[in-house]
Formats: sequence, C-alpha cells, structure tokens
Amino acid sequence: MALALLIDFGSTYTKLRAVDLADGRVVASAQGPSTVTTDVNEGLDAALANLEGAMGGAGEFAHRLATSSAAGGLKMVTVGLVPDLTAKAARMAALGAGAKLAGTYAFELTDADVAAIVAETPDMILLSGGTDGGNRKVIEHNATMLAASALACPVVVAGNRSSAETVSAGLEAAGKTVIATENVMPRHLELNIGPAREAIRQLFISHIVHAKGIDKARERLDAVLMPTPAAVLKGARLLADGHAGAGGIGPLLVIDIGGATTDVHSICDGEPSQSGVVYHGLPEPYAKRTVEGDLGMRHTARHVVEAAGDAAFTAEAGLSIDEVATLLQRTEDDVEWLVENAHEIAFDRALAATATRLSVTRHAGTLETVYAATGPVTMQRGKDLSEIGCVIGTGGVLVHADDPAAVLTGALAGADAPLSLRPRQPKLMVDADYGLFAAGLLADAAPEAALALARRSLRQLANEEGEISHGATAAH
Amino acid sequence: MTDASKGTLITGVIGSDTHIVGNRILSRALEDAGFTVVALGALTPASEFVDAAIETDADAILVSSLYGQGELDCRGFRELCIEAGLEDILLYVGGYLVVGDQPWDSVEERFQQMGFDRVFPPGTRPADVSGPLAEDIAARRAERAET
Repeated sequence: MALALLIDFGSTYTKLRAVDLADGRVVASAQGPSTVTTDVNEGLDAALANLEGAMGGAGEFAHRLATSSAAGGLKMVTVGLVPDLTAKAARMAALGAGAKLAGTYAFELTDADVAAIVAETPDMILLSGGTDGGNRKVIEHNATMLAASALACPVVVAGNRSSAETVSAGLEAAGKTVIATENVMPRHLELNIGPAREAIRQLFISHIVHAKGIDKARERLDAVLMPTPAAVLKGARLLADGHAGAGGIGPLLVIDIGGATTDVHSICDGEPSQSGVVYHGLPEPYAKRTVEGDLGMRHTARHVVEAAGDAAFTAEAGLSIDEVATLLQRTEDDVEWLVENAHEIAFDRALAATATRLSVTRHAGTLETVYAATGPVTMQRGKDLSEIGCVIGTGGVLVHADDPAAVLTGALAGADAPLSLRPRQPKLMVDADYGLFAAGLLADAAPEAALALARRSLRQLANEEGEISHGATAAH
Repeated sequence: MTDASKGTLITGVIGSDTHIVGNRILSRALEDAGFTVVALGALTPASEFVDAAIETDADAILVSSLYGQGELDCRGFRELCIEAGLEDILLYVGGYLVVGDQPWDSVEERFQQMGFDRVFPPGTRPADVSGPLAEDIAARRAERAET
C-alpha cells in the first residue's frame, strides 16, 4: 500500500494524516504537541509515535509533505498605491498565499509607517504600486524608505514593471532579499495576483521555513510546501474544480473559525447571477481568501458581540445581557475554555454563527441600485456568491460544534443584509477529517488521491427545514 | 504608457449616466490616434476617475456627461484632483452638460471656472479633441521638464 504522510506544524499541535494514495482514504490520524519554539522534531516524534500506534507499525511513505502555521504563521505587510486598486490587489495576493496580514499600506510610506512596519517584524513584504507604465514615483519612494529601514525580511516586488529594476536594485543594494515578479494590477482593473502568490510561496519555502526553525525536520520531509491556509485554499479549489475536469463538486464556500480569527474561502467566478447587473471595480480572484482578524471564538469574542450589537447577540443566543457579559469575561480569562452546560453551548453557537455571518458578509459582494436618467441600474461590487452550491465548515470549532448546521446557516443570504450576495440555498457540510488542508498539500503530488481525500472528508448536514441527509457524501 | 504613446488618458461617463456609446467611440478614436486610453465606461463616480489617474500616471482625464446633470456631477472635480496630488493634470469635459437651452459661452465659462482646461459642446468630433489634447499634453510635459 503506497502512503502519503501529511503534516501540519500548527501553533498548538503537530497534526499528521497517513493517506492511502490508491483511494484517498485516511489510514490513520495522530497528533503531538507543537514544539517549534524548541525543536520541531520533538513534536513530530511524539506525533509519529502516536501514528505508528494507530497504524500498528511504522509506515513507508511515498510522499512526506508539510504545511506550517506555527510561530505566528506567515506574517506579511502589503504596500500599494490607491487603496481600492493596487493596495487591494496586493492584499488579495498575500491572503491568497496564506499570509496573515500585519499591515496594509497605501500611497507614500511615512517615517512613522516604516517604524510601525519594522515594529511588526513581518516575515515578508509585498510591494506594489502603479499600473505597468503608470505611476513610478510612489513605489520608488516606498522602496527607498524600506531600503533605508532596519527591516531584515525579504521583499516581493510586484508593481509597475517600468520601476521593477530600480526598485529591486535599491533594495538589494541595502542588503535585502528581493524577488521581482509581475505586477498585481498590470492594467487598470486587471487583477494578476498569481505570479505574486507564487513568489511568496517560493520565498516561504526558501527563507521562512528556515527562519521559523521548521527546517530542522527537513531530512524527514520532502518539503514544507506552503502556509496552512494556502493548503486549505488549494484543497478547496481542487474539491470545487476536480482534477482534469472531473470529480469536482462545483462552486463552494469554506469557513474556518478560530480562537482569534475567521477565514473564509470562496471558489467561484463570482460574476453577476442576474441579468442586467453591471460589475463595478477591481475584479476579485476565482479562489479568494479573506481573514477577519477581529472575529474569533475566544481572543476576539468581545468584538464579535460588539459588531453584532448586544440586542442581536442576546436574541441569537437566547441569553440575558448579564449572562453574555459573564461568559464573555470567561473567554478573556481563559482562551482555552471549553463550554459544558447548555447556556455555555448556546453562547458558543451564537458566537460562531455571528462570526460566520459577519465574515461571510465582508467576503461577499454587494448590490447597489443607482437611479440613472434611463431608469434604475443595479451595480455589483465584489463576488456574487448567491448561486454557490456548498458551504463547508472546516477546523475544530465547526467540526466539533454541537450543531454545525445552525452555525453555517449564518453564512446564508438574509434580511440582516438584503443587498449582500451571500449563498441562497447551498448544501451545508463539514470537513470532518480536516481533509481540505491535506488535499491541498497532496494536490500536486497525487491529485486524484487528494480529490478523493477531500470528498471522503465531507459530511452533509441537515438543512434548515430539518431534512436530514445521509451520513457521508463521500467518494466516487 | 509606452514610449510611443502620445499620453495616457482616462475616459468615462460621470455620475448616474448610462450613455456609453459616444464615449466608446471617442475612446476608440483616441486610441487609434496614438494615445493610451483607460476607459472606465458609464456610471463612473468622480473619485474613480482620480484613482485610475493616480495608478496609471495619466496625463489627462476626459469626462463625458450626456444627461444634463454634468454641472452637479463635476462640481469639485478639480479640487478632488488637487487633494489627490494631481494638481497639474489636464481636465477635459464634454457632452450635453446642462439642462435646457443655455448659451454655450456661459456653459463653457462655468466649467472652465470649475477647473476644466477645455470644454466641448454636443456634436464634437473625436478629431476635434485629439489635436488640442496632443498639444496640451506636450505643453504640460515641457513645463514639467523645465521645473
């Protein structure tokens, strides 16, 4: 039996999956502690010992691949020119590469901006600005500012191609590591984030894995391929599109709620689903990831309640304002807190549903009606997710939720934001075996097994009307 | 903008105006005349003309308005450019700019006072625009080279 070993060096656990390459079946799962701060091998050894126990012996692995979200993940700062144009494109590129954004800047950097960037100690900077042949002044100014700074991290240059050489040379002369690639917005409103995303991934492999100490395990791995969120996005894309044009489940949305943040991934073209709607602004990527840094279950729970409003949140949870206040305090006193009684479970469910609703609303596009002289015109900004067929919850919070369908219902179109283009009637599912990350990791080495793995991991949930579906929607 | 280009232009129809045909013809003709044209199309807010001009380092913004509300939509356009650091960008405006039968001279003067460098009446041919545009851009570039 040919097996693949898939590893996630997380911030809390080192998680392992042994997958049968013939059919994408997870043969065994195991985990150990995260030991990136000391020696990554310790946690890996512990996890491997557990895996051997589960498998009844040491496995022979044809592929040994890893992702990493440990040691703060891939922390990036993006710099662009106009906030809605190249600065936004740079942001989308970094998020699509699985980064955690520590700052996004537009226009000319000031001394204070540069000091703030240095203080953030990012792992990487993405520098953009200007269309090809367009504005050079701002990106060249910003490169000069970054070159003169104490910043030690690598810089991806993805701006005006007329400036690329000047900008790269200036940064290199100051001793910075630079990769220059294609512009994130070569022409006005033309999004081109693939090359920047790939440059970020290359730097992640060549520099960041070492900087984080994960390469201490390199002899036991083929590669640490990408940050974990990038693997989830890649797995989601494989699941939606299939391999070689077959086996995909079509347009989908993935939600991953964590203790501090909520990630949303959409795989769809997002073009207007109704006729007569005009798209406006910068196009958004087919595989789009957003991260809401203020929406999570513990560290940021208070923000979730504030963003929803006390009245809406207490109604959603069925709790009094005092009960909510007491439980919120608990989330802050103990971020590892696990809910037990019915009140606490209702509180967590309301938090998760609210984080889902707010994060999907921010991810989704919106409609706006403009009254032109010739009659009303409907304009769309951002992606139309209304026709999406599946909303999938991944990650511990959703997979272990007492009622994941109630949480994921928060992603659906509703009266709270009637002009938001959230999904209307999708199937609700959970990624029960954490298959999306594993599928993304395996996607290049063994795409068919990776697709089967992602499909096997899905469990369809009862929909709002209470119609229960079969257990696994599983494989072919 | 390539070296061979006579300049980079932003075109579009401002405000809640959907009349796109004339603007498309103009954009196409100016491209054929050797300009680099970034065409924003219909229903374009003033701020988006400015954003596009910043990223593309445009030489001129050409605003079209054909539904009589141009005076409202264009108010403050020059100020918006100044705020965005485009103090010396060329601004042209043209079309059915006002409602009713008003003398052209007074319309032209009003838009010039708003900071538009040239104002074009209904029925303007693309060739009427491309000549002055090339001259104005060359003059601005010469001024900039001196300073």
